[in-house]
Amino acid sequence: MSVFAFTFYLFAITTVTGGLFTVISRNPVHSVLWLILAFLSSAGLFVTLGAEFVAMLLIIVYVGAVAVLFLFVVMMLDVDFAELKAEMTKYLPLALLIGVVILMQLAMAFGVWGFSAGVEGRIAAPAGDIDNTRALGLLLYDDYILLFQLSGLILLVAMIGAIVLTLRHRVDIKRQNVLNQMYRDPAKAMELRDVKPGQGL
Amino acid sequence: MIGADIQILLPEIVLAVYAMLALLGAVYTTKDGAASLLTWMTSGLFVLLALAIGVNGAGTNIAFNGMFVDDGFARFAKVTILLSAAVVLLMSEGYMQRRGLLRFEYPVLIALAVVGMMVMVSAGDLMALYMGLELQSLALYVVASLRRDSVKSTEAGLKYFVLGALSSGLLLYGASLTYGFAGTTLFTGIIAAADGGASLGLLFGLVFLIAGFAFKVSAAPFHMWTPDVYEGSPTPVTAFFATAPKVAAIALFARVVHDAFGGIVGEWQQIVAFLAVASMFLGAIAAIGQTNIKRLMAYSSISHMGFAMMGLAAGTVGGVQAMLVYVVIYVTMNIGTFALILTMEKDGLPVTNITALKSYAKRQPLLALVMLVMMFSLAGVPPMLGFFGKYAVLLAAYQGGLAWLAVAGVIASVISAFYYLRIVYYMYFGEDSQALDGRTPPVLWVTAVVTGAIIGLAWIPGINLFGLDPMAAAAAATLVN
Repeated sequence: MSVFAFTFYLFAITTVTGGLFTVISRNPVHSVLWLILAFLSSAGLFVTLGAEFVAMLLIIVYVGAVAVLFLFVVMMLDVDFAELKAEMTKYLPLALLIGVVILMQLAMAFGVWGFSAGVEGRIAAPAGDIDNTRALGLLLYDDYILLFQLSGLILLVAMIGAIVLTLRHRVDIKRQNVLNQMYRDPAKAMELRDVKPGQGL
Repeated sequence: MIGADIQILLPEIVLAVYAMLALLGAVYTTKDGAASLLTWMTSGLFVLLALAIGVNGAGTNIAFNGMFVDDGFARFAKVTILLSAAVVLLMSEGYMQRRGLLRFEYPVLIALAVVGMMVMVSAGDLMALYMGLELQSLALYVVASLRRDSVKSTEAGLKYFVLGALSSGLLLYGASLTYGFAGTTLFTGIIAAADGGASLGLLFGLVFLIAGFAFKVSAAPFHMWTPDVYEGSPTPVTAFFATAPKVAAIALFARVVHDAFGGIVGEWQQIVAFLAVASMFLGAIAAIGQTNIKRLMAYSSISHMGFAMMGLAAGTVGGVQAMLVYVVIYVTMNIGTFALILTMEKDGLPVTNITALKSYAKRQPLLALVMLVMMFSLAGVPPMLGFFGKYAVLLAAYQGGLAWLAVAGVIASVISAFYYLRIVYYMYFGEDSQALDGRTPPVLWVTAVVTGAIIGLAWIPGINLFGLDPMAAAAAATLVN
């Protein structure tokens, strides 16, 4: 077995194991940790494919941000996972049946998979000694500039939506007003009184 | 190079920039106080853009290496989308204001959704298609749950979001299978790659893509979300859902099956025909038991989308032309009907039960007449405009060799006539139970009467549907070749 094949199988088996335990772990925090393992090993698979930029992206974005966010959400929210699972087991036989049917159909489709004529030319990597990051940049900001801008608009809509649906201006709470604080006159705010012993104010 | 591309994309860019400026302006000034003004401005801009596209547009222009196609078909769909969105936005202003729902984000979100729809109908690439679709859908999920203190409205938004995400997943899976077969996401590339016949993999991709589109046009059996979303959303938002997004989705459907899969018509024809039959019958039968007029209109829209897809199933130029004619007429009818639904109020609160319309004709003779015209037209009774739409798609299906589909369409149409006519019966012969408020805001009155006049009178030989047929024919000819 060559080193390449060994690395591939190592990462592949780890990814599948991570995915499996993500689903079957009893403790949701463990699930998230297994998920991180699955992400990391898929990043390894990307490196073996020669897509080092995507691999780093996977680690930074998915492991660094998304998975950690999941971890927070799982720990913060009081979700009764046992109850959710009990609900799910009710539909498990039907879900399994549908899943198996779809899986078999897809297996049939891939069994007789045929490419169109001349597909190799269309999906070939760009010629020349050009590294991943540069190639992606050229593609994203030159050829796909329209899509890039449109995804920006989609994110804008997501942001507006989040604010529209959740922001509430509450009137019954005290807010900090910096100007009020700054314009406050110490002479008016404080008063010195001479209190005689035993008399009080 | 990029300058020419931007020139072609100018209407979309103008609208997107306007939306961002409007957002900034409202945030830094009076916030919701500017909402009313913004609604009118957005509506005016829609009309201006529709005029600009309709008057200036010429020929077939391709931008961004084929990702964006500006042809007669796209312009026809864009003008329809912009005009219907403009009218619905105007209709919604008063209603939203009275319910305290008119927030300045509403017109901004609608403008961004319209940008998404314009990209959808102009997409020349699977990725551009998806971007347009998501931009549109995401904005619509938000406006569906705009009344965030109501359980029904939030439920509508959540249901729409979850099922919309599922349909996007199906669509993306289909797109990736198609890419796997063709090695390109450009429609021009896919149609060339599929020239030598479709492999099983491409067929899988096609089926998944069509399932995704069927969700978006709410065709049976992918219609489950429609009644709940229509019922739960604020009524003006429902009116919007029933008009512009439907035009965009069905136009996108037509563009993909003709531009990308036009060489293998036989492969998708049967799927679209099945969707058409299922939608027509489901919409016709399930609506019979509905007493909520918004749910009734949801089933009605499912049925009408079935008819529009019947034109598409024909797979010919005539079929696309009939589909376009049908969709424009459908949108006009829906605008008129929803203008009347928006006036249905009792003690200042909206009413959606159809029994509230009992003896409507005695109190509001003119508006009841308009409602009668709308219902007859939706049912396809001649000489209302709805009849001509149905006639066009039935003829197209027959000429496309799908006589059985045309027969099924006639039967479904007869079934659906029952619930449209029941409303007319309630209005003219129903015993009065509780009277609706007689108040009709001027915008709604004008919209209802104008659309009523169009639907009821445009068949007169001198008017000839305002030249809709030749325009649709020219648009369809640029799509199918």
